Amino acid sequence: MRLEFCWFCSSKIYPGHGIQFVRNDAKIFRFCRSKCHKNFKMKRNPRKVKWTKAYRRLHGKDMTKDSTFELERKRNRPERYDRNVMENTLKAIKKIDKIRHDRAADHIAQRWKPKAAKERREARKELEQSISLIKAPLAIQSQEPAITVPKIKVKAPKQQTVEDQLMEE
Amino acid sequence: MAQYDFKKITVVPTGNDLIDIVLSRTQRQTPTVIHKGNAISRVRQFYMRKVKFTETNFTDKLSKTIEDFPRVEDIHPFYGDLLHVLYNKDHYKLALGQLNTARNLIKRIREDYVKLLKYGDSLYRCKSLKRAALGRMCTVTKRIGPSLAYLEHVRQHMARLPSINTGAPTILICGCPNVGKSSFLNKITRADVEVQPYAFTTKSLFVGHTDYKYLRYQVIDTPGLLDRPLEDRNIIEMCSVTALVNLHAAILFFLDLSGSCGYSISQQAALFHSIKMMFRNNPVLIVCNKTDLQTLEGLSGEDLKLVMEMKSAALKTIPGQGGEAANDQDVLLTMSTITDEGVMAVKNAACQRLLDQRSERKMKSKKMPTVLNRFHVAMPKPRDQKERPVCIPQAVLEARAEEAAHEERKTEKDIENENGGAGVYSASLRKHYILADDDWKLDILPEFLDGHNVYDFIDPDILQRVEELEREESAVEEDGGDFEIEDEDFTAEAEKDLQEIRKRKKLLIQKHRIKKSTAESRPTVPRKFDKDRKFTTERMGRQLSSLGIDPSRAIERARSRSVSRKGRKRERSVGGDGEDEMEIDGGLDNKKKLRLRSRSMSRSRSVLSQRPLGEVVPGEGFKDSAQKMKAVTMARNATKKRNKDARRGEADRVIPTLRPKHLFSGKRSIGKTDRR
Repeated sequence: MRLEFCWFCSSKIYPGHGIQFVRNDAKIFRFCRSKCHKNFKMKRNPRKVKWTKAYRRLHGKDMTKDSTFELERKRNRPERYDRNVMENTLKAIKKIDKIRHDRAADHIAQRWKPKAAKERREARKELEQSISLIKAPLAIQSQEPAITVPKIKVKAPKQQTVEDQLMEE
Repeated sequence: MAQYDFKKITVVPTGNDLIDIVLSRTQRQTPTVIHKGNAISRVRQFYMRKVKFTETNFTDKLSKTIEDFPRVEDIHPFYGDLLHVLYNKDHYKLALGQLNTARNLIKRIREDYVKLLKYGDSLYRCKSLKRAALGRMCTVTKRIGPSLAYLEHVRQHMARLPSINTGAPTILICGCPNVGKSSFLNKITRADVEVQPYAFTTKSLFVGHTDYKYLRYQVIDTPGLLDRPLEDRNIIEMCSVTALVNLHAAILFFLDLSGSCGYSISQQAALFHSIKMMFRNNPVLIVCNKTDLQTLEGLSGEDLKLVMEMKSAALKTIPGQGGEAANDQDVLLTMSTITDEGVMAVKNAACQRLLDQRSERKMKSKKMPTVLNRFHVAMPKPRDQKERPVCIPQAVLEARAEEAAHEERKTEKDIENENGGAGVYSASLRKHYILADDDWKLDILPEFLDGHNVYDFIDPDILQRVEELEREESAVEEDGGDFEIEDEDFTAEAEKDLQEIRKRKKLLIQKHRIKKSTAESRPTVPRKFDKDRKFTTERMGRQLSSLGIDPSRAIERARSRSVSRKGRKRERSVGGDGEDEMEIDGGLDNKKKLRLRSRSMSRSRSVLSQRPLGEVVPGEGFKDSAQKMKAVTMARNATKKRNKDARRGEADRVIPTLRPKHLFSGKRSIGKTDRR
């Protein structure tokens, strides 16, 4: 018995689940559930379907290159049974799994990092630009500015009265 | 010496059938259309063809039959006699002769009529001649009807005759009825002849085949013979007599010692003597059957004497021709078909005798020396007196000895049977595994762990690699994450402001959505008319003060500029200053004015405020009177042409969709859809 991977979504297929389709050229397609099977019949490309692992790996959402993947390989030559090796393998699997999970989580966290800085920058900009929604510039001038709005000095003719200035706002 | 095959004779049709066949053939295979108007030569030719065709067909069929049937003289005398016995040679010949005559007659008819047809002068005459010819031929055929029937009968019977190869080595079984001839045949060959207690169970010849010394022997079973003169014999007996006389075979004369066949030994002996002349040169064996009932030794003296007489007679038939019996044993044999005792001995003896005789004859024939000259058996002469025994290698001998010793090995099959058989016990395939440690043979191997295939991870140095991995991991951790240059966070006030801004933005968006989405339900009255009276100076004042600005001046200005104010300024006081108003308005009734005042502003404006055309109204957006006049003129000019053309203008009623789908499509649940 073997755990296979679904051709469409790359999830594990446990025994007793899913459908296998054998094409005329003897290529075997395994599906974990009818959702994937139906998508396949609709000729959808898993690389374009957002929720599949193929898409996520292709677009860099999930970790692709890592040394832990090399430890898990389909071996075609049977090895002579050795109990010690089997014991070690079982222990190793647990460790490798943990490391792989941690690394994958790191990868995703790394993706999220730039977001905070970006948000801050945008907030700053918004504050600058839209402050007029809540406070009139005159009011700002009269108050203690939390953030100093840079004063733009414009050469203006002296005739402009205070009223006109008000009207311009 | 040939095998005759009477099955290949074609079916002989009856007279009427033959006529039908030939005439329908003529009709189908010759042209059928002829007219009076055709040239006479053509007509003649047409009918001549028909006559000739019919004659040919008749002749063909009759000739075929005549040729298919065998000629009694030409075939082996055995078959000739057999045919005579069964079908009467004379009758047979007569029938065939009649067919022949008929054939000739038909030929004659055709010749005559063809000659006549050559001089036929009209279609009718030719046609009559043809009819006559065909008619006569048919009559001839009808006359030979009985012969045809007889021949068909003969053919059917002949096809069922046993195919006896007259040249092959044959054994003939004869004797009184019920002595056990057919049971003997059943025993030595694969024939399955009926065996019954009554006499004449076997009514005709039966053939079986048996093997002896790589040769095929025919064994022929005959119907029982009775002791009577030849003339009195019936057809069935005549069959066996024919066989006896004509076939060259070893003859087994069966004798029933017990007399249970119904005939005593004396009767049987009498029979034997009466037919012994028929034996001629054939080897004769006397077989005493039914020894389980009565043995040869137990016979009475008289009977025994009779038997011995027969034996001596049998011996006498042999001399001069070779194949002499070596001893008495070859001539007189005993057996019992029920107990199978001596059956094979009899067969072997018979076969051997026959074989000897045939070999002798062959040796004496002229061909033998030529055959003998062709081969030569070489016997090597020993060159010295040395003994050369059989040689078997030592290894082989040892292996054989070992095998014999190892017979006692317990096989897997034995174990299986011990433990309950095939369905209960399943052999352990792991017993013979070759592993580093034998304790591991019965280990259960895990296949999955935590959703991984264990077999994908198996590697002798997997631990080592895992250790490397862990080292890597710890190294990375120590490094720590890369530090980022963090921007300074906002102060609390800035945060508050930000939140306010966002809230305000959200509100704006919501308002916009509300405004946008209810255009259908609410007519969009432009703001300046302000039906709901939302846009008041109080509101403006509130909003401005929330921004932090003193609104009083703005309110003043707005109020001074408003439209209503302009119109209403003087009307505020009802009582006083009424004169001025009157003058301007052109003498409206006081009552009317009061009524108008209580109505809405827009109403009052349309009736009351009939201003002069060029007057600039503050809300309209014109600079001065001249501009306004210009605009008015322009508007007028634009619509003049349209009005002259009586074309639809802005004010005219418009049906945006002339044939809306919901009114012009669909089936009615009941009723007709003629009108819409």
